[in-house]
Amino acid sequence: MNKIIKEIISQLDIVGQCRKYNVPLKQCPQFLFLMMGSAIIISTIATYLIGIRYNGDPEMVALIVIGLTTMLLALSFVIVRSFEQLAEISRLKTEFINIVSHQIRSPLTNLKWIVEILMSGILGKTENKQEEYFKILKENLERMQKLVSELLTMSRIEATKFVLKREEFSMENLTRDLVAEFTPIAKSSNIKLEMSTGPNLPKVWGDPFQVLQVLENLLYNAVRYIGFASESDRGGKGKVVVRLYHKGDYVYCEVQDNGIGIPKDDQKYIFQKFFRAENVRRYQTSGSGLGLYICKSIIERSGGKMGFSSCEGSGTTFWFKLPVAPETKNTKPNRNQ
Amino acid sequence: MKTILFIEDEAVMQKAVSEFLGARGYNVISALDGELGVNIALKKSPDLILLDIILPKKNGFEVLKELKGNEQTKSIPTIVLTNLSQTGDVSKVMEFGVTTYLVKSDQALKDILDVVQKTIGSPS
Repeated sequence: MNKIIKEIISQLDIVGQCRKYNVPLKQCPQFLFLMMGSAIIISTIATYLIGIRYNGDPEMVALIVIGLTTMLLALSFVIVRSFEQLAEISRLKTEFINIVSHQIRSPLTNLKWIVEILMSGILGKTENKQEEYFKILKENLERMQKLVSELLTMSRIEATKFVLKREEFSMENLTRDLVAEFTPIAKSSNIKLEMSTGPNLPKVWGDPFQVLQVLENLLYNAVRYIGFASESDRGGKGKVVVRLYHKGDYVYCEVQDNGIGIPKDDQKYIFQKFFRAENVRRYQTSGSGLGLYICKSIIERSGGKMGFSSCEGSGTTFWFKLPVAPETKNTKPNRNQ
Repeated sequence: MKTILFIEDEAVMQKAVSEFLGARGYNVISALDGELGVNIALKKSPDLILLDIILPKKNGFEVLKELKGNEQTKSIPTIVLTNLSQTGDVSKVMEFGVTTYLVKSDQALKDILDVVQKTIGSPS
């Protein structure tokens, strides 16, 4: 109940709301709606009062009503214009990110390839100390590339230019290959990575490349966030379990970890772009906060859904579901939950 | 020695790829625009073409159209190496019969070398 009251109060803080958009008050939709609402109430009362005063002169009343309606119409026009301006600003921002990201991609690739040449020894043997700095350079370039690539994907999602392929593929094969790829990484961080699959899992319908990115992101997060928790906090060894099962018209995929979990207050923002949970920021300053936003967009655009359950200090389970491929829809479900 | 024609307008990329593949024994010829790329392909008949899409004078799609429409060059294996990564661009390239599409920023030089080796084999 307290939450609802707080929400209402925050909505009534018009100046605060308008500050968010960084536009003058006269262009702020919330403020204009407040003005419009007040004008409607005042004009309704005024019409009523004038109507009583001039009840013997209907033409006068009609004239006043027309005048007030015209005023309201003008106000609505201003509101619509302010929305248009906000939409245009948003479009320009998306386009700006798209252009900048594209332009940054080439010099970043140049740098990455040059570092690779320097590290390969083609141009002569490198000293251990140099090698160490090349490694740092390479890692940072990779970080920048990831960020640019995420910004580009985000701008495509916002501009609805994010096209996904639709094809039948095996979620089981995709997951198995990725888990095999991740096992040495997990092992090096002393984390046990397990996979369990329900029998006769049907094929799913979607873009295998993009779904792979989603699962990769979830596994990467799981391993990383276990690393942030001390062994005593998580009650023993780190563990990530990937589960696949079939229920109804969907194949479900769960990634469960016993990492640091997500604080309760942060949970509602977890799929928002640029959001990073407070306890994660304590351990790691890097990260764009775009990964889960992109994951959710990919899954939803594939006709699926994504969610999570988490308890701070105990771990998190992220899940997503993808529609069963049309040809295999008749396969009976193997597990009910 | 096997010859690779690399059509790419970015000089640093030209240098990096030529250096890396050259050190592995391939002979890399550079073309800094699409028109020059088509001319060199017709004159030298390389074993493989590495092609960017955004190019001056003739873009990658125009280059592909010319090369795949010419008897002399149509069977030369072509690898598209670009930073365009949208599904529409990939399908447009695939329509020309190109089988390998690599997004530059996702590739390390050794990945490109692997694809080159798979496509045309070892340098000699």
